[in-house]
Amino acid sequence: MNHLPLIIKREYLTKVRNKSFIIMTFLSPLIMIALIAVVAYLSQLNNDKKRTITVLDESGYLKDVFQNTENTTYNNLEDFSLEEAVALVKKTEGYGLLYVEKVDSLNEVSDKIKFYSEETPSLSVISGIEGRIERRLKEMKLQKDGVSMAMIRNAETKINIVQENYEGKTSSKEGNIVKLIFGGLAGYLLFMFIIIYGNMIMRSVIEEKTSRIIEVIISSVKPVQLMLGKIIGTSLAGITQFAIWVVLGGVLMVVVGLILDIDLLAMQTQQLEVIQQSLETSGINKEVGEAIVAFQNLPILNLVIAFIFFFIGGYLLYSSLYAAIGAAVDNETDTQQFMLPILMPLILAVYVGVFTVIEDPHGTVSTVFSFIPLTSPVVMLMRIPFGVPPWQQILSLLLLIGTFMFAVWFAAKIYRVGILMYGKKPTYKELFKWLKY
Amino acid sequence: MNDLLVADSVSKSFGNFKALNEVSIAVPKGSIFGLLGPNGAGKTTLIRIINQITIPDEGKVQLDGQPLKPEHIRDIGYLPEERGLYKSMKVGEQALYLAQLKGMSKSEARSRLKYWFDKLDIGDWWNKKIQELSKGQAQKIQFVVTVLHRPKLLIFDEPFSGFDPINANLIKDEILQLRDEGATVIFSTHRMESVEELCDHIALIHKSNKILDGKLNDIKRQYRTNTFEVGLQSANSDSVIAEIKNKFEVLPATFKNLNDDIKLNVKIDESTSSNDLLSFLASKAEVNHFVEVIPTANDIFIQTVKNN
Repeated sequence: MNHLPLIIKREYLTKVRNKSFIIMTFLSPLIMIALIAVVAYLSQLNNDKKRTITVLDESGYLKDVFQNTENTTYNNLEDFSLEEAVALVKKTEGYGLLYVEKVDSLNEVSDKIKFYSEETPSLSVISGIEGRIERRLKEMKLQKDGVSMAMIRNAETKINIVQENYEGKTSSKEGNIVKLIFGGLAGYLLFMFIIIYGNMIMRSVIEEKTSRIIEVIISSVKPVQLMLGKIIGTSLAGITQFAIWVVLGGVLMVVVGLILDIDLLAMQTQQLEVIQQSLETSGINKEVGEAIVAFQNLPILNLVIAFIFFFIGGYLLYSSLYAAIGAAVDNETDTQQFMLPILMPLILAVYVGVFTVIEDPHGTVSTVFSFIPLTSPVVMLMRIPFGVPPWQQILSLLLLIGTFMFAVWFAAKIYRVGILMYGKKPTYKELFKWLKY
Repeated sequence: MNDLLVADSVSKSFGNFKALNEVSIAVPKGSIFGLLGPNGAGKTTLIRIINQITIPDEGKVQLDGQPLKPEHIRDIGYLPEERGLYKSMKVGEQALYLAQLKGMSKSEARSRLKYWFDKLDIGDWWNKKIQELSKGQAQKIQFVVTVLHRPKLLIFDEPFSGFDPINANLIKDEILQLRDEGATVIFSTHRMESVEELCDHIALIHKSNKILDGKLNDIKRQYRTNTFEVGLQSANSDSVIAEIKNKFEVLPATFKNLNDDIKLNVKIDESTSSNDLLSFLASKAEVNHFVEVIPTANDIFIQTVKNN
């Protein structure tokens, strides 16, 4: 008798009607958006802050280095002693005082610069000032050695290597960022999904055990059916919740943006620019153009298909392990010892994804971890935007499916025995014995 | 085939522990079969094997002449000792779900539930959550769910625990009525007074082995000691007692009766009939009380378990 649809329906309805589930579904996006809005608002405040930096240059080398910018006003002092300058800055509540000692030669300047302020100055302000001074000193030293300013300007070069594979597909750093975002998003989504809904499955198994209904249920259905019904029902509830989060989050984002007059989208592009700037690229329009090209060049179809398969495979693999843990213990506090072996590969996968795949998407470490079943869903999803040969994807998927079937068999064994075991906290040795019952 | 359920040399081990050792039972159709035994004897394991929750290592189980197969779960209603329902689910919804798992259609389950809820006068619980009911109330629901799909075989594991005497009686009457309507009942308990009241057949399991089974009356006959409770009245009781002691084996007796001078348990041997004893006693004194001591299920239980 196939009771699977019936069990799935019950699990789904129970989850969806659960009060805390409903509250979480509608509250989480609110909290998230509220947090983002607060952070955005505060950082905007921070950016808008005007500061005045007073400069006392006794060496005379650094005149004209500091030009006023939108947020920073430089106030050059002359004929002040250090004490007087400090007193003035204190009185006028300026941001700080940049002091350059009187020196005999250009070479000594670099050691004679100090910044006085009430509080520790922000890192970006200091590094900005350092950058300007370094540039100026370098230019002045070169000029002293007889290099003209024109020659210095002329020597400045920007490099942007065009990357092209043997089939003639070009890629760019901007394109890589787009790929990273897509891969990272897919991998991270899977990671979150496993943790949130895996736990939910585990709790619902434990609930059946503690309420002692389990014996009635399994005198009607096979434990495997019950387990699969639970996993699928909970996953559907999870997908529902995720969908609501995405829609609600999107709507709220727009609404909050309008209300607080914060251009959240602009903020995100700002962040993107920061990443790109750190890679020292030039020409914003060109970057955007390249990003769009990269997006269009993404193996979209491959990505979507792989996402579906690896997501389902990875999620089912982990959730069957979660179900087995739920069956093995009596209450949630006992789950700790069994959680570690599940969380380790998952966290490892995310680390490998974030650190190694970005560094070298087709290197040995990335490739190996995209085959190991417990890490492959996350790592492979992060690799695929960079183009992974089909045979690798298929092999990895087959390994994943094989492991999944083994895990279901394993979990079903533990589940079948465990759900009727009460009282004692099992050890790994006992779990192994259960396999033979 | 007059037996609904036959278990043939069923064995089951958990690791090194042998939970059942070649246990065979035969449950006649339409009987109430008492499955007895001390705690940890293996009763629950046997019941779980019948319910196909656990698979036996060796031996066969047949239901209605066929080896057990998955379809048979429709024919069995099982009330486990460890009872429980989904706490946050509504009574009606939950009963419908469990009935559907037993293969009933939703509409059929609904009309049957209505019948039972009316019968037990619990109709207004339909939309309550289990956690709002008392333990006894929840057990009533569980009883209804167990019998709802009209199974051929009903298995009750300690059905009366948690019920007050009034509700326990109510449930007992329902069980008897279900039996009269043709159901066969396996009844697992330690409470011997309910065994006396209900069971036609019993099997006693002790330390994984079946040590006794048969019709309850046959077993009682087998365990009879030919002992009679005797209450006499006589003017010179000392000499009467001496005379009886001379002829028969006499044990002290403690039964309740209205002012008998002499209370004795008298044991007779195979060659003596109860009539012989009675006429002997009547010739010596006035007989107010004369009853054969029939071993109770409790006595048999304790005696058999101790001897093994």
